[in-house]
Amino acid sequence: MIDNLITALGAEFVQLSLTPIVIGILGAVACALPGNFLLLRRQALIGDAISHVVLPGIVAAFLVTGTITAVPMMIGAGCAAIVAVILIEIVKRLGRVEPGAAMGLVFTTLFAAGVLFLEMTDTSSVHIDVQHALLGNLESLIWFDAEGWQSLLDPMALATLPPQLPRLAVVLVGIVLFITLFWKELKISTFDAAFAEAIGIRTRVLGFALVVVTAIAAVAAFDAVGSIIVIAMFVCPPAAARLMTNQLGRQIGWSVAFAVISAILGYVFAGYGPGWFGSPYAVSAAGMIATISGIILLLACLFGPQRKRTGQRAEA
Amino acid sequence: MSFLDYFISALFLQAGYNSALVAIGAGLLGLAGGGAGAFIFLRKRALVSDAISHATLPGVGIAFMLMVAFGGDGRWLPGLIIGSAISSGIGLLMVEWITRQTRLTEDAAIGAVLSVFFGLGIVLLTIIQTMSSGRQAGLENFLLGSTAGMLISEATTIAIAGALATVFVFMLRRPMTLVAFDPEYAATTGINVRHIDLAMMGLALIVTVIGLKIVGLILIVALLIIPPVTARFWTNQVGPMIGIAAAIGGLSGYVGAVLSAAVTSLPTGPIIVLVAFGFFVISALFSPLRGGLASALRHWRFQRRVHRRQGLLALARREPIYDGFTLRILRHSGMIRRDGVATLRGKTASQKAARDEARWAMARRILPDDSAIERYDGLTPIEDMMTPDQIDEIDRVIAEQTGAPA
Repeated sequence: MIDNLITALGAEFVQLSLTPIVIGILGAVACALPGNFLLLRRQALIGDAISHVVLPGIVAAFLVTGTITAVPMMIGAGCAAIVAVILIEIVKRLGRVEPGAAMGLVFTTLFAAGVLFLEMTDTSSVHIDVQHALLGNLESLIWFDAEGWQSLLDPMALATLPPQLPRLAVVLVGIVLFITLFWKELKISTFDAAFAEAIGIRTRVLGFALVVVTAIAAVAAFDAVGSIIVIAMFVCPPAAARLMTNQLGRQIGWSVAFAVISAILGYVFAGYGPGWFGSPYAVSAAGMIATISGIILLLACLFGPQRKRTGQRAEA
Repeated sequence: MSFLDYFISALFLQAGYNSALVAIGAGLLGLAGGGAGAFIFLRKRALVSDAISHATLPGVGIAFMLMVAFGGDGRWLPGLIIGSAISSGIGLLMVEWITRQTRLTEDAAIGAVLSVFFGLGIVLLTIIQTMSSGRQAGLENFLLGSTAGMLISEATTIAIAGALATVFVFMLRRPMTLVAFDPEYAATTGINVRHIDLAMMGLALIVTVIGLKIVGLILIVALLIIPPVTARFWTNQVGPMIGIAAAIGGLSGYVGAVLSAAVTSLPTGPIIVLVAFGFFVISALFSPLRGGLASALRHWRFQRRVHRRQGLLALARREPIYDGFTLRILRHSGMIRRDGVATLRGKTASQKAARDEARWAMARRILPDDSAIERYDGLTPIEDMMTPDQIDEIDRVIAEQTGAPA
């Protein structure tokens, strides 16, 4: 067992598993952070809507530029997310319908359009398909040039890291900056929008900024890990954290911890788990990470110290 | 045969037995989806159906594995439908349980169930892909739907289930309407609100699982949401709204399936969704009740009346008018000449406007409790809102106060 562990953490681990795990963690945390505020503002499903419209955004970017490089794709996806948010607002006003229905209408339509564009244009030469969009390709983000842990200090090898890793790291730093810089404003406007307005916080602008940050997190994480993880990480870790504490700061801490645990355990179970049952194949890491985050949420629902509403008696 | 010829022949069910059956099946599915979706929409729980539809995936995977394990064909549609119904039922109960037992809101519960069940389903699909019999399972088609190579038995299953779901919607329409609008009142009349809510979602579940094959689980929720939102533009009454939603759903399913049969390479689900969205756009623009054009027209008419009225009052007070729009309206209706001087017609109309204004001012003093004063919008002629007797009385008081003979 110990021998297994040592070989498991040897050079091969660095080459094949280290980068996917780190990318998984970065993506999970990047989504979980804004997810906390979305959850408290009852906008948890914005993440769901945004991750659906990323696909048409990427397809549109491909149709415009004709190439499949990261920057135009991310711009396209970001634009699609913003267009979707505006469309949802229009449908809500025009049809005077509840936000859920407006959201469902917009994201299914945009997703359908994305799929159709994808099928109608000749994208056989490039690697975008619906499966990829949903599942990501976490397992394939390996670090070819790594020869072991010492490669972490080797600039040559570091230069060949999968580009998703630095990109996600930058996005994560940006999100952390956004949340720390606007901590007070975000906190007040989340819990008491009317009061925030009264003391001069521009709540609408802030709300839109939060959605934009969410979209950026979704797009960056999506490229690396697929939309399942994105949706799961927007909702599950913050929801589980919400059941642990009554303080926003601690809730965010818990959610980051849950996101990290989900990413690590999910990847390990997906990669090594089937081997424990004697199967030579790995299963989808993205799916497994989402599953683990669900199990954490389930445990929090059953045992979380703050799982009840205020005033609600504990079940006999 | 050109695309259009094929499309038209398929539209009238002349393009072969199989595609006709698929089109009818998709139509019935849309009918049931629109009808069931209308209640869910009125209950403001549209996105619960999104959780239900994503939660089908683990059931599809497990059913496939079980059927293979017992030596059967893993792709047998009724088996997959039952499996998906069970797992999405569990997902639905999870949403209810989380919302009831913890302090998380329903949207968080929806997002959690949706993503976790879907993730689990993807894990199962990757396991199936490694199974020897799983390589050609084609279970990915359940994500986006496909009618290519659909068996006649499958199309029949879908058509029958769609018809059954429509019947259920029809049978449960009264309690569901009551619960959608006023759950408290429904409870006092002895209806078990929770059961009806579950039945409502159960219908969404049925539509979802039978729609898996044609529309796919990511987009099936559109068949439950878009038709009711569209129908809402056309009516303010429940009965007609459900009928219209069902009709739009049915048409979307039917036309979409026919279109995709004509262009076989395209997945069916997205086409059906986009057809439904087409109905939405048309309704949002052209509906006489709440459509964009009708509202714009109403707004423009109102604006014209306000400008006309203000212009006439200005004429009566001999004030100069500077506003271009007001001048244009007065000129067009022959109230003023090109140089801005009032015509005979303009003079009469402006005197009447001024007199009415004075009448209203007096009415507010002598009849402060009259309902007409509260309803007055500043534009409607006084004759339309007060009786001739009242107007005579007002005129008499005005005459008395100005000292002129009555």
